[in-house]
Amino acid sequence: MLNFIARRIAAGALLLLVISLLSYLLLSIPDLDVGRQLLGQGADQAAVDAKNVSLGLDRPVLVQYGDWLAHAVRGDLGTSWFTSEDVATTVSARLPVTASLMVGVTLVATVVSFLLGVWAGVRRGAVDRFVQVLGVVGYALPGFLVTLVIVLVFAVNLNWFPAIGYTPFAASPSGWLSTITLPVLSLSVASVAGVSQQVRGAVIDVLRQDYVRTLRARGLPMSRIVFRHVLRNASAPALSVLGMQFVGLLGGAVLVEQIFGLPGIGSMTVTYTTRGDVPVIMALVMLTVVGVVLINLLVDVMIGWLNPKARVA
Amino acid sequence: MSGNLPTGAAAPPRTAHEAEPEAGAGPGSVAPGSVRGGAVRRLLRNPLGAASAVVLLLLVVAVLLAPLLAPQAPDVSSLGDAFAGPDAAHPLGMDSAGRDILSRILYGGRNTLGGALIALAVALALGVPSGLYAGYYGGRFDSVAGWGVNLVMALPAMVVLLASRAILGPNVWVLMIVLGVLASPSFFRLVRGIVAGVRKELYVDAARVSGLSDTRIVVRHILVVVRGPVIIQVALVAGVAIGLQAGLEFLGVGSGSSATWGAMLNEAFQNIQRAPLLMLWPGLALGLTNGALVLLAGALRDVLEERGGGGPDGGRVAPRTKEKPSLPAAPVEAGARSPLLSVRGLTVVYGKPDGTRKQVVHGVDLDVRPGEIVGLVGESGSGKTQTAFSVLGILPEGGRIGTGSITVAGREVAGLPERAHRALRGGTVAYVPQEPMSNLDPAFTIGSQLVEPIRQVLGLSRKEAAARALDLLRLVEIPAPERTMRLYPHEISGGMAQRVLIAGAMSCDPELLIADEPTTALDVLVQAEILGLLRRLQEDRGLGVLLVTHNLGVVADLCDRVAVMSDGRIVETGTAEQIVHSPEHPYTRSLLGAVLDDAPAREPWQQRKARSTTV
Repeated sequence: MLNFIARRIAAGALLLLVISLLSYLLLSIPDLDVGRQLLGQGADQAAVDAKNVSLGLDRPVLVQYGDWLAHAVRGDLGTSWFTSEDVATTVSARLPVTASLMVGVTLVATVVSFLLGVWAGVRRGAVDRFVQVLGVVGYALPGFLVTLVIVLVFAVNLNWFPAIGYTPFAASPSGWLSTITLPVLSLSVASVAGVSQQVRGAVIDVLRQDYVRTLRARGLPMSRIVFRHVLRNASAPALSVLGMQFVGLLGGAVLVEQIFGLPGIGSMTVTYTTRGDVPVIMALVMLTVVGVVLINLLVDVMIGWLNPKARVA
Repeated sequence: MSGNLPTGAAAPPRTAHEAEPEAGAGPGSVAPGSVRGGAVRRLLRNPLGAASAVVLLLLVVAVLLAPLLAPQAPDVSSLGDAFAGPDAAHPLGMDSAGRDILSRILYGGRNTLGGALIALAVALALGVPSGLYAGYYGGRFDSVAGWGVNLVMALPAMVVLLASRAILGPNVWVLMIVLGVLASPSFFRLVRGIVAGVRKELYVDAARVSGLSDTRIVVRHILVVVRGPVIIQVALVAGVAIGLQAGLEFLGVGSGSSATWGAMLNEAFQNIQRAPLLMLWPGLALGLTNGALVLLAGALRDVLEERGGGGPDGGRVAPRTKEKPSLPAAPVEAGARSPLLSVRGLTVVYGKPDGTRKQVVHGVDLDVRPGEIVGLVGESGSGKTQTAFSVLGILPEGGRIGTGSITVAGREVAGLPERAHRALRGGTVAYVPQEPMSNLDPAFTIGSQLVEPIRQVLGLSRKEAAARALDLLRLVEIPAPERTMRLYPHEISGGMAQRVLIAGAMSCDPELLIADEPTTALDVLVQAEILGLLRRLQEDRGLGVLLVTHNLGVVADLCDRVAVMSDGRIVETGTAEQIVHSPEHPYTRSLLGAVLDDAPAREPWQQRKARSTTV
């Protein structure tokens, strides 16, 4: 197991390296003339050149990348070209917002999906049909449209929750909860739609297995078989879908944070990428890839824990 | 699901109610030649498919004809009419800048749908050929492409699109090309998976041996298989592309001023407090388009990938009996009912989704007395397993006892509630299944699978139950019982697994053992050992055994009495001696004829089932 984790971390690090290099090269293609953008059209060329030199932009791209990498591995993500903020500081100030969102969605989606999926798979009937319709709807509707409808209903019409803004947990736990509820709800719809489908399918699949029949023949009650044996065997496929959804969740967070005005990584992505602020874009890309690698590692470890056969590999 | 591209492994739901549970879009599970001429007709006969196809067609036509249908140009604004309601000239009303909403929807669709079209074309052009090549030739290209695909899939599309915008400028058409690149892995994975599966098929080998060039094999045999799933994926990726395109426009990072559904939603969102209804029309257009695409994909999947069998039970139950009585029923053995197991006039019926019912066992009479081994013999599909499951109360979903009576240890179980029937299982009647490996839960150790039912049935503590399980493993002659307790099913052999299952069946001292083909899945030497073990246990404990088998050699070897079953009926009963040496019923004779050891050798190519040759 430790060997497996070590190999996965090494593969993740390699992925990070390749993506960071590609991103850096791609971001260097357009001649943004950052110095000119910063100093304005009226500035004289000598000042612009001096600015570019001070940002290190006069050097070859690979040297710039090497410099960036050398600092990045030490946790120094550089300084924003446009706001002169320290990137690492800005990112870590915004990370808790997005993390609240991600953790909330993962919890809600896991619990609700497993409840719905197991119920639908075991009992079939009306809940089953609901889960299937939800699957179609969740897949069909773009997430931000769902979000807009949720804002319209719960914030504008019913006025239960604020439509906009964020309260840090430290400032007021209840305020935090009320500002985070609708964003989490919005992002959970698609996750629940996808994962509950998968749980349902996996549960139906496992219920048809021979060992379920044999366990029944041994005198175990169905409820115990479902909650011990079926759930455990059906979890692995559901977890891998949950892991894959995480990538989509990060994209969804961009829109949801923008709509609810949350000062997180997602809204930061919109603001900074439009200006071509390379140090910030690099940090954001790295952050998402690290997130994806970690989540996939976590999912694989959990699947290995659930399924002894996978441990061997 | 904004930004979540379909990966080929997370397939969307199917529309049919009886959607098969499947892990992924099932590459390789598609029948070759899946797109036939009748596919379109079948799609149109599927109500959801037809409706979504019509909706999409109407949307596309309306958007294409925008210059003719729209009341005015999309950007003409008269500020005085801002937020005006619908009237004759402007059937959907005006937006916040006094522009005609209908016109903006129609023209906006051109940008939205056109953008999706570009993304789709790029994704297809990149994903399908590379998937074909990687799947067909494998090798280094396959590994490199696979790595690249994983890399692309680790990136959230929305973040990449935003970053691309910084590089490529705020041109939504260019961004759609990037989206196409991001979506191409979903085609690559789908096509590669199917092709890699098909390449190993015999008919492809045959084509290669007969000298067809690779290009011709790909065109004639492989494209045909790939076509259907790719069409389905097209509908899904189109939906996702539309969603992402609209999302970008909504964020205001698209092409700026021109009308798009996403930009209209953004504008509506800005005015959400003042005119919440502005969201209705662009939202509806977007939802309708994507909904129709997903439903169309589901309907296409149902039409193009009609899987073999199509039975609601996934072919697990084989109620292939005809209703006509093909063989006359034998005279039933007279006399009193056995105190251990007695079946009288049992019928088993399966309800089908269309509401009809199918009877698979037609009035079976059977007795097993204490200390007796009774063979229940017949070919597969004759209803012997259904009879056995009825006794245990573990008929598969949809199956139930129709009429008749089953008494186990004097207790009527036909119509018994599940809870009461369960109380008999394990302690009174036990079960040894056919396939040892699939009957052990792969996620739990041998020990925990033995201990759990013992605790449940006998109410022992964990420690007592573990001690008992250890004794049982010794009883069934498992070499290192302490170690075996800690192993998982995949770590032991089939013969060991069958011993474990026998130990499990014996664990709560049953009076009646139902063994369903207990040796069929094992190799010959192990079969003999397991039969010997069963006989020893039966003699030691005075068990009654109902041995379901199609192996008359086993019957002759082990059984006291035999009941021969065919087409859901008992056609002959008698002592093992009678049945084997002087069968009366023609079916029994034909069954015996199939296994006689001194039967003349068959033609060499005729493959005999290994299981029926062993005695």
